[in-house]
Amino acid sequence: MASDDAVASAEVRAEVGALPDIGRREAGGWKVPVLAALAVAALPALISPYAQDVVIRIAIYAIFALSLELIVGATGLVSLGHAAFLGIGAYVTVLASGDSGASLLVLVPLAIGAAAAYALVVGALSLRTRGVYFIMVTLAFAQMAYFVFHDTKLGGGSDGIFLDVKPTLQLAGRTLVDLADHAHLYYAVVIALVATYGLIALLLASRFGHALAGIRVNEQRMRAAGFSTTPYKLAAFVIAGALAGLAGLLIAVKDGTVNPELLAWHESGAVLLMLIFGGIGSLRGAVIGAVAFTLLKELAQSEALLGPLAPHWQLTLGLAIIAFVAALPRGLIGLGARLRSAFARPEVAAHG
Amino acid sequence: MAESSSSIAIAAERGVPLLQAIGLGRRFRGLAAVDQVSLDLHVGEIHAVIGTNGAGKSTLINLLSGELEPSAGSVRFAGHDVTRWPQPRRARAGLGRSYQRTTIFAEFSVLENCRLAAQASEPRPWHVWQRAARDADGLATARQVLAAAGLDGEAGRIAATLSHGAKRQLEIAMCLATAPRALLLDEPLAGMGAEETGRMLALLAALKPTHAILLVEHDMDAVFQVADRITVMVDGQVIASDTPERIRNDRAVQVAYLGDGAPTLAADAAALTPEGARPGLGRPSAQPGQHE
Repeated sequence: MASDDAVASAEVRAEVGALPDIGRREAGGWKVPVLAALAVAALPALISPYAQDVVIRIAIYAIFALSLELIVGATGLVSLGHAAFLGIGAYVTVLASGDSGASLLVLVPLAIGAAAAYALVVGALSLRTRGVYFIMVTLAFAQMAYFVFHDTKLGGGSDGIFLDVKPTLQLAGRTLVDLADHAHLYYAVVIALVATYGLIALLLASRFGHALAGIRVNEQRMRAAGFSTTPYKLAAFVIAGALAGLAGLLIAVKDGTVNPELLAWHESGAVLLMLIFGGIGSLRGAVIGAVAFTLLKELAQSEALLGPLAPHWQLTLGLAIIAFVAALPRGLIGLGARLRSAFARPEVAAHG
Repeated sequence: MAESSSSIAIAAERGVPLLQAIGLGRRFRGLAAVDQVSLDLHVGEIHAVIGTNGAGKSTLINLLSGELEPSAGSVRFAGHDVTRWPQPRRARAGLGRSYQRTTIFAEFSVLENCRLAAQASEPRPWHVWQRAARDADGLATARQVLAAAGLDGEAGRIAATLSHGAKRQLEIAMCLATAPRALLLDEPLAGMGAEETGRMLALLAALKPTHAILLVEHDMDAVFQVADRITVMVDGQVIASDTPERIRNDRAVQVAYLGDGAPTLAADAAALTPEGARPGLGRPSAQPGQHE
């Protein structure tokens, strides 16, 4: 009995003096993320160009998923229009590059700024609503952006437009970064992912991030404590849009082309699925979800593996997702804890 | 004895109400939940608002705290007309409230519950790069209010694992963390045992000299024990507002609580408890163990 109580009280105690517990499933420490980043940085020496391409795609989607985690997981606002910011970042990159290309020093602020500006407008209007209405309003704004690029000459219509010259970074006449170079693109994407992860981790640990957590748990209580909550939610929404714009720049450079499907609602749905897949409420979950979702999609589309089923990859992917969510309702990030508790249980029983 | 000293306290503070409701009214689809309510709240005074369920007590607190906009009347706080101020602005100005339903951040640690509440009143609550764990001022305030509320031993626990009484104490501690001058407490004793009730009443007594306290409560023993002034509401209107002694003997209050056939004089405050009330008026479930 006494030992049971001791176990229970150890479980309910957050670490005082360390980061106060704010109900996120964030595993502490920097070792795992730093080691993972170093491993990814070392990968090109070991894997094929095709596999490197998959890693780049995963890393870009991880940035996209992390940006959505800031509003869905951290603030508790479920948006179904996040692809609009990805698409705007991508289109702005291609349009601003023109025929002769442009410097990253111009493109990065432009893509991020344009996505953030649209997020400011969408957020200012949609944050007046709540719950399912918020989902519908964000979706509506994303569809509006979709049709602007789909139905006007601005974005080349449904075919989209090509990025003729990939961005570079030149300083004092020397080309430091040329994203046409596959290795440069690989490391640029990895650095962008590490920076995004670090930035969001910093935000979530700050007073601002704790205020977002309070809004997620009980917005009414936050207002009673004296927080004007709308500016906090709007700031989170704009930062998330800006980071999605960065992901958009990278996807445009990687693919060398943009088309309206980047802004389509199923892209917004896919990134939400990545979070659910990995585990909402954790930055690692967002990254793991992007890895798992992208790999699963690759597998479902592989003719070598699935033969005649490959063209119907949506069906395979959908069934796989249903199976995963049923087996792991708290996402892949919960898998470790589940295994640990499964192995720990006999031990506790022995003590009892 | 207690009564006469509190009467003196009332007289001393009579001149400058910290919080004032003036002809306050709120209609929901034609139904007047609060109608023409005026009351004053003074520092150093516990002003209880009693009444049956649906009398408009919680609506009154919502109007005073800014959670609801009034359909009529105004609210003055510390010399300002705050009727159009949104709730967060009133809260930062020193108007704190607690809720009838416990509204703590259940997933957070007890300490973080209070630190976060204190954060809103800090110079830069939106600080984006300094870790919240290094928020020395907020943590100091949090530890201070936890000590005041008798929860200093529980700082590291996840709030969801506290006992019901401790959660109610935490609710008050979070309210105190915002450094309020006026406290609007919505049934702080609901569901508490005798021992927890005693601890809460002692806390209210300790806060009284420096705060103006509005207490909405169904526990009549407690109300008559701590209140300096009692306002009785029926169907959204104030039917009486006076010292506990006079309220106890007020004919209109007795009729409202006990019905027309009631004895003319209630010698005991217990006669005003819901147990003695007309069926459907009281909330016996809200006060277990009170008369044991």
